[in-house]
This record gives sequence, C-alpha cells and structure tokens, in this order.
Amino acid sequence: MRKTSLYAEHVALGARMVPFAGWEMPVQYKGIVDEHRAVRERVGLFDVSHMGELELTGAGALELVSSLITNDPTRVADGQAVYTCCCNEGGTILDDLIVYRRSPENMLVVCNASNRDKIATHFARAAEGRVSFRDASDATALLALQGPRALETLAAAGASVAVARELKSFRFRDAEVAGVPCTVARTGYTGEDGVELFAGWDDAPALFRALMTAGKAFGIEPVGLGARDTLRLEARLALYGNDIDDSTDPLEAGLGWTVKFDKPHFVGKEALLRLKAEGPRRALVGFEMRGRGIARHGYPLLDATGETIGLCTSGSPSPTLGKNIGLGYVPAALTAPGNRIFVDCRGKSIEAEIVPTPFYKRAR
Amino acid sequence: MAGATETKDDRKYTKDHEWALTEGDELLVGITAFAVDQLGDVTLVGIDVKVGASVNAHQPFGTIESVKTLSDLFAPVSGVITRINAELEKQPELVNEDPWKKGWMIAIRPSKLAEEQASLLDAAAYRAHLEASAH
Repeated sequence: MRKTSLYAEHVALGARMVPFAGWEMPVQYKGIVDEHRAVRERVGLFDVSHMGELELTGAGALELVSSLITNDPTRVADGQAVYTCCCNEGGTILDDLIVYRRSPENMLVVCNASNRDKIATHFARAAEGRVSFRDASDATALLALQGPRALETLAAAGASVAVARELKSFRFRDAEVAGVPCTVARTGYTGEDGVELFAGWDDAPALFRALMTAGKAFGIEPVGLGARDTLRLEARLALYGNDIDDSTDPLEAGLGWTVKFDKPHFVGKEALLRLKAEGPRRALVGFEMRGRGIARHGYPLLDATGETIGLCTSGSPSPTLGKNIGLGYVPAALTAPGNRIFVDCRGKSIEAEIVPTPFYKRAR
Repeated sequence: MAGATETKDDRKYTKDHEWALTEGDELLVGITAFAVDQLGDVTLVGIDVKVGASVNAHQPFGTIESVKTLSDLFAPVSGVITRINAELEKQPELVNEDPWKKGWMIAIRPSKLAEEQASLLDAAAYRAHLEASAH
C-alpha cells in the first residue's frame, strides 16, 4: 500500500485511513457530513496526490494528446485545461482526464489513480518515436482547495492577489504559494469554486500546513475521500469505476459535450459516430429517493412491474439537499424527469423519481 | 479516537457491537459507540421487524446506514419484539449523539435467555474483543 507525502499530516489530524486504488488515503477526519458542509459553506483542503500526472513534451505533443482524447485541446489557449474522456477504439471510456495545455509542446494529463498504469501505457505507446513521455506521478503531489472561501485562503497563504483572483475557470499558471513553487489551476471535483495545486512530492507537507494555517480564519477543514464522493455526486461529476467505465460510452454517460466530432481523428471517433447515429439505448440519469431507502452502487433499478431496467451507479445521502440521491442508467425511453422508478435496496423495492441534474448547483 | 472504545458496565455485548441492557423483563438493544464511530454519520435506521414478532439470536432485525456504508443489525438474543424506537425513523442521528440511551433500537422479551446468556460478553470481555480486533 502506497502513502502520499501527506500521510503523517492526515494521521496527526485524526484521519481514518483506508485503502483506495493501492493508496492509503484519508476517508474522513471529523466526519463526512461536517467536511461536506465545510466545502459548501467555507473551504476544505483535500490530498489527491494519488492521482496520476503524465507529461508529453516535444513538437507534436498537442496533436498527439488530442488524438487520444474526445475533447479538443487545440481549440484552447496555452494555460487552459479541458475535461475530457479518453476512449478505446470501441468508443467506451478508458478514463476521464483533465488535460492541461502548457504549450503545444508541453502537455500535462491528469488521470485517475485507479487507471494510472493503463493510461500511462496507452499514452506511452502512442508517444513512442514521436514525443517524449514521462510519468511524473511519483514526483507530483496534488492538493485541492475548494469552497467559497478557497480563493481568500489561497491569497492569505501568500499567493499573489493576481493568482488568487484573476485565474478564470479551467485556467492555470505557475505561482509560488507560501514559498512553494506550484502550478495553480482553477479546477476541482466538488461543484464548488476553488483551485487545485500541483507541487513537488516533498514540498506538499509545507504547502498543506500553510494552507491549513491560512484557512483557519475562514473555517477550513481537511476533507477526506468520503466527502469528496458526496460533493462530486451532488454536482453530478462522474466517478470512474462507478458511473463510467470501459463498458459505457461518453454519449450515454451525459458526457457527449466532451466529444468533438469535428476533430479530424481521435481514438474511438468511428465507433462514437456510429453510436450517435443509432441514438442512445440508455442514459445516465439522476434520481431522488421518494421512499425510505438509500440507493447504492450496483443496486438494480426496476420499473413499476418489478422488471429490472438498469443499475444504480452511485448513490448516497445528499448532505446539502437532505435527500437520498443517486445516478443510474435507464432505457432512453424512461429518462424524463418526473418518471417514477424503483430501486431494489437489498430486496426492498423503494420508489424514486428521476430528477434533473446537477442535484446541486452553486450560486454564482 | 477518544470515546470510540467507551463501554458501559451496566449491559452486555455481542461481538457484532450490539449492546443489550436489562430493563424489567425486557432487553433494550442498541449499537456501541465503537460501532457508531466506525459507521460515521448515521442517515437511516431500518427496523425490519414488527412489535410482536419473534426473532432468533444472531439473526438480522434491520439495517443501519451511514453516508458511506450499510450494516446489518443482529438480535443479541432470541425473543419477542416488545417495542421499537420510532424516533429513529425521523432522527437517525440520535444513534450518533447518544448510542447508549436515546439511540436504542428495539426491546426484546427474551425467550431463551438462560441458555443464550453465556454467548453475551460483559463489558470487560467486549473491551478485550475491541482490543483484539484492533491488532
């Protein structure tokens, strides 16, 4: 089991550590609900150093990366990031990524920890003989500072005001925060405003402590993977391995917006064009439990006659809404909000209603 | 974590982290502070048995769900259900706030206490069980 460079910080803060994708990670400190609220109302700090960072450099790096993903990083400027799917030839999802365009010759790809080996191999093979590939994951720590007070916390930790305030959504730049050289990106996985900070592996503890100290005045809390999951679910951000995997395609997962069919070529384009022409058989929808029960990953979804019509891919109580919510695939004909379905909660059939997503959207 | 290994000397325990407290001819049943700490924020307590129903020792009488996980609740002894804590339907968080008292779940009138007594742990034995499982 691997440990991030912040392991000792987590233990000192009273975290409960659990295995996750080969890493020992904090699932919670004070409690999932408290940490969830801290991010929605104030600010929270996450260690996500387990995620993978892959670097592709040299002439043609931009085009190479673009050929492996569904979104189009050639359309954005240097210093911009794009959320994207990475598909196989069959059009199903190998991983969801954020691709950072430092320059056309210098691309950073951030992948899920659970997919790091698969994606590193996929990109390294494609890069062979064309551009340089480096798996920088072991040298790169990643912190997420999220919540309405995140930018104030960043400024209080010593980032220049320009970095803290002027960085637009999905933009990034290099900066020094509390004396630590970082790349600061206005991205996140919570549905809240905030930034993610890449730093050197061994610099992360100093950065983490500086942010915790600076955030004290704003009510900062360290946040574990438990609240990370409830936060992302409320914002309807997909979790690889739950809502999307190599048996699902971006179109049915509601990620069609990341697929740019006008690109000349990308892996999976032909298959996705075919799927698009056929029309979706099923779609990932959000639902709220109407009866007393909590849907969980893998629970069958039923129609009124008790027939299985799909599967719940994520489900949890929503701390912000005070309701039990979930995501799941249902046949295309049944996706309209207001439709009633049933969730087979370990043999008990509990009524649910399809609702529009995201479940939670922050006020801007 | 402080408080998580607290036990009460006035009651008996199971290895599944239920407690059973004698009250007249009934046993009140709940789950221990350790179990609550492991679960985290309790969001749903589902009692699947009705008052008047019979339960057997070690059989599930319901489920408890936190934000992250679901656990079965097991009857510590055999008997008849005499009461159910209906408050938990509206306020499952009582289990977090007060697992030893307000968070009680069911009351059982035991039918085989004499023979089942021996399978219950006293507070010292339960503490030893917690320590043993921590290693």
